[in-house]
This record gives sequence, structure tokens and C-alpha cells, in this order.
Amino acid sequence: MSLLELKGVSKNFGGLKAVNQVSFSLEEGEILGIIGPNGAGKTTLFNTITGFYKPDEGEVWFESERLIALKPHQICKKGMVRTFQIVKPFLELTTLENVVIAALNRTENVQEAKTRALKTIEFVGLKDKAETLATGLTLPHRKRLELARALATEPKLLLLDEVMAGLTPTEVDELIRLLKEVNKKGITILLIEHVMRGVMALSQRVVVLNYGEKIAEGVPEEVVKNRQVIEAYLGEEFGNA
Amino acid sequence: MLRVKGIEVFYGDLQALRGVSLEVNQGEIVSIVGSNGAGKSTTLMTISGIRKPKQWEIQFGQESIHPYPSSKIVSLGIVQIPEGRQLFPTLTVMENLEMGSQFPKAKKVRKETTGWVFKLFPRLEEMKNQLAGTLSGGEQQMLAIGRGLMSCPTLLMLDEPSLGLAPILVKAIFDIIKEINQQGTTILLVEQNVFHSLTLSHRGYVLENGSIAMSGTGQDLLKNQHIRQSYLGL
Repeated sequence: MSLLELKGVSKNFGGLKAVNQVSFSLEEGEILGIIGPNGAGKTTLFNTITGFYKPDEGEVWFESERLIALKPHQICKKGMVRTFQIVKPFLELTTLENVVIAALNRTENVQEAKTRALKTIEFVGLKDKAETLATGLTLPHRKRLELARALATEPKLLLLDEVMAGLTPTEVDELIRLLKEVNKKGITILLIEHVMRGVMALSQRVVVLNYGEKIAEGVPEEVVKNRQVIEAYLGEEFGNA
Repeated sequence: MLRVKGIEVFYGDLQALRGVSLEVNQGEIVSIVGSNGAGKSTTLMTISGIRKPKQWEIQFGQESIHPYPSSKIVSLGIVQIPEGRQLFPTLTVMENLEMGSQFPKAKKVRKETTGWVFKLFPRLEEMKNQLAGTLSGGEQQMLAIGRGLMSCPTLLMLDEPSLGLAPILVKAIFDIIKEINQQGTTILLVEQNVFHSLTLSHRGYVLENGSIAMSGTGQDLLKNQHIRQSYLGL
């Protein structure tokens, strides 16, 4: 049984089919990338999987259980958590305080949450920023904080929405290393990303969306040669950067 | 055309720029590359007059512009396209474009400029009555650039125009920047996409921890070992 399974999921906004009959499954321990043009429905799909939206059609299954009418925090308790494209830390709290709040998902003991949060912060490489206010962090550090907050909820499945946007290639490489470590801990990863350097290095499989529909699925090396994917998403000169 | 001499900028106690000097000549595309937090956006905002330097001199043509408010700097022809687009989401595409041409010099030629913007971005003309908030990421970036062009810039400064765009659109945006330059607008570009921006640029500056660490032609910088390791990850 797959960890996550989508069966014909659709989400409409008025007359617009933002997500249209999308099905795929994700095995435990896997890293799956989702790519597709801007406006293809990738973030809407994330919102539908994680309970921010209710699907208009189709089913979302997590650990052999169908998710119906659950709120995002209930889904988070079950072990599925997502990050946001525009990172949203509590700006006036420190790095540590931000992560403590997330750690309280698994324990009601603040001291215990603090211990777990410190471990998470060290893991993502923010130990020396523990007492820094989130507002004073640079973008790569904020992205790590966003990741730490997600990890501190102790997920089985981590959904990442464009965590690499705005980073230089070298910063992207550092994040790739960190995400591989996350995966080694046994956390399954579903990632939306435009930074192909990251998609290619991390994903075992890739799903491509266009106008809300799945147009391709496969190993990354094959998907980037797919004619439809090149025309809709990559462009002819892909491979230069 | 633009000469920045030894500017120092602070956020509270934190020094963001340490004596940054750079020049942009008429007709050039110049890029500033560097890690996050190096001070690239701060440099653009200081030129725009949004941030005021402690130590200064910024000359545009023959004029010292650093004492001016940002509204005056825009009317002199220096226009910044901010990172993250910063559109008016509840105004239409057309209204957003009009917001870019509110001062007299730009207002007078609004009709001609609109025509030029629609020629560069035919998609914006198709969507001119749609609310900006409903546009996709790529379309919003086009609108942000279009709104900047409505101010009739002689120097256009772009802050991470490729952010969050699909690979095919990244290419399209860089092609457009090149075309805008070929039609006579000087460009100062800040980008994380170091490969694309240095390929496109006549010259580039590398900003590290608030200082210029290196400068040269785009091609020379692309070949430089330090840049290849630190910024291109090669």
C-alpha cells in the first residue's frame, strides 16, 4: 500500500479546472517531484492534499485511510505537513520559538518541545541563529527555518512548495544535501520545484502538470526528454543552466 | 550614466553595504550577482532612493541624486522593478500599467508607451481588463516589467525577474530584457540565476558581504574559477 494515493482528484474555481482528474501514488521513503508551468495547479494540488481545500472530485488516501473533511492541523497530526512558497515564520519570535511552536504538535510539555526544537534547529544548520528573530534572517536561513518548523511536527510525509526559489546554485546544492539527509531519516518527500537542478538531483520520479492535468510521469531523465514537457515547461534550451 | 561611489548603508546597527562603488554606462546591461544577504537588493533600493546611505554619492548623468526622494528619482528616468512584483492585485492589468505613468512626463506619452508594452507582451493586452491578482506568476512578472516601462525609464533596474518562474518563462523573460535593452534602455540587473544573467550582461559585479569582491565582463566572470565554484556550483 502506498503512503499517499490520489485517485482522480479535481479542484475547480468557478469555471476553471485548476486540478483536473489527477492520480498518482507515493511510496514510503520516496522523493517525488512535481513540475509544471506557472498556473498549472501545483500549489492548488498541495492545498487539496493537505486539507486547505476540499477536492470537488476524487479521493486522497494517506496510510490506507481516506482523508475526508479533515482540517490541516488534523492532517498534520496524522503525519503530513507542508511548507509554504512564501515563507511565513512568526517574524517577531526567535528561530527557536518558531520551531518550539511546531514541536508542540507532538508533545504538550514545553520543555520537551524545546529540546526537540533545538535538535531540529541543529539538524538544519541554524544552531547559531537560535536566538535570532526570524525577521533578521536572510532568505536561505528563512527557508531552513520553514523546513525546521515542518520537521519539528515529526512528519512521515513532507510536502515542499518551492523551497529552492531565490537561492543561488551553490545555496541550492547545500539544500539538496540537507533534504537527502531528511529523506535518509525515513521521511517521504513530495516537492514542487522550478529549480531543475534540485528536481533532477532529488527526485526518484517526477509528475508533470499542465493546465491542471497530469501530462507525464516517470524517472527524471526520461521526463525531461518528453516532447510535451519540453514544449509546455522546459523550453528548447533546457540543459544550459 | 550612473556612478555610485562608496555607499554605506545600515539597517540599525547592521551594516548592509560597505563602500560599494559601481558604474553603469549608457546602453549597457550590467548585472550584480552574489549570495542572499550580500546586499544586492539594498544596492538597488539605495539607487532608487528608498534606502538612504550614511556615506554617499550617487550620480546620474551630471546630477547628484542621493538627496532626492524616490518619486523624483523615478521621474529622472531610474525605475526599479521590485522583487516579488508588488502589483496592485485588486486593480486591472490596465490600471496597474497606468499607475506606472502617473507623473506628467510619462502621462503625456502614456498611449504610445502602452502600445509598446503590449507589443512586447501581447499577453498583457489580451488580459488588460483582468484583475492583476488573478494572473499566473509569469504573467504577473510581465506586468511588473510593463508597469516599470510605463515610467519611461532610461535606466531600468530589475530585482530577480526570474524568481519562481518555470524554465521556459525564465528564458522568455531574459529574451525580453535583451530586447528592451536593444531598443535603447540601459539595464541594471540583480539575479540569482547567475548563469543566465552573466550570459546576457556586458559587465557584472560580484557582491559579497556588502562589498564588491570582483567585476569584469559577463564572459570573463563566467569563466572565473571562484564564480564557477561559489555561484554556479560547477
